[in-house]
Amino acid sequence: MNVTVNGRPREIAPESTVADVVRQTSTEDRGIAVALNGEVVPRADWTTTLREADRVEVLVASQGG
Amino acid sequence: MADDLAVDGVTLPSRLILGTGGAANHAIAEAAIRASGTGLVTVALRRVDPNASGSILDVVERCGVRLLPNTAGCFTASQAIRTAHLAREAFGTNWVKLEVIGDERTLLPDPVELLAAAEKLVADGFTVWPYTNDDPILARRLADAGCAVVMPLGSPIGTGLGIRNPHNIALITEAATVPVILDAGVGTASDAALAMELGCSGVLVASAVTRVAEPVAMAEAMCLAVRAGRLARLAGRIPKRHHAEASTAFEGMADL
Repeated sequence: MNVTVNGRPREIAPESTVADVVRQTSTEDRGIAVALNGEVVPRADWTTTLREADRVEVLVASQGG
Repeated sequence: MADDLAVDGVTLPSRLILGTGGAANHAIAEAAIRASGTGLVTVALRRVDPNASGSILDVVERCGVRLLPNTAGCFTASQAIRTAHLAREAFGTNWVKLEVIGDERTLLPDPVELLAAAEKLVADGFTVWPYTNDDPILARRLADAGCAVVMPLGSPIGTGLGIRNPHNIALITEAATVPVILDAGVGTASDAALAMELGCSGVLVASAVTRVAEPVAMAEAMCLAVRAGRLARLAGRIPKRHHAEASTAFEGMADL
């Protein structure tokens, strides 16, 4: 299944969840936020199964003014 | 005399707020945070960088300071609102420094989008710190909308041009119903002192500390400048006069 993670195409296993993609993307466990197709995904909903062509953003803290 | 800045029931140890943007690395950011004496630092939310070593969150934790997530880079209310919600998910804080900018050349706030975003985020339970223009009317509208503070700019972000319109900053502080935090444009310590002398309750600096040759020294300078400006404001300055007024009395002068 093909999705976009942080702006780059990625092939993931069918039935992958938001949590699976987070684990593949970041070694950090805290301070992470996820958007799916532009909408906020609360941590409680990271069990959501992804679908073909979904856009996932995995975000963390970075230095900023 | 206790003279602390409190926002949303939280007493901050300093009236200086430090932005972490622009620091060459986390070690320099950490040293600057410590030297500044601040209790509140801003961070941004960005895509995971696979090459990053360590997290700015570790620095924040080690320094024992609070986090103020920002919505830097957002051009619309909708984008800023979603970024604020993402930050709340990521960091577990209701505090947000709301930035909605109008264009990349000036990075000036878009007042229409800013007010709309502020109203929505207040309704969503956020403690909103809006980065705004040095416009007294917009500042009032933001405070009336329920923002916890207002953060007028001294001059555009990263310019170091100081406070271009001190009269407007004074108009904002004299009418303010919430703390006024000068944000953006500070170039050096005297700019921070002037902000406090004009009645601001605090100052946020980032580039002015992080992008200099000696960030730790400048962090301490900003700490002292904010304190000095605050004391000068509380002390009350002498009026400006056209002609001289002797500080030493003429009475009792010898006849020479």
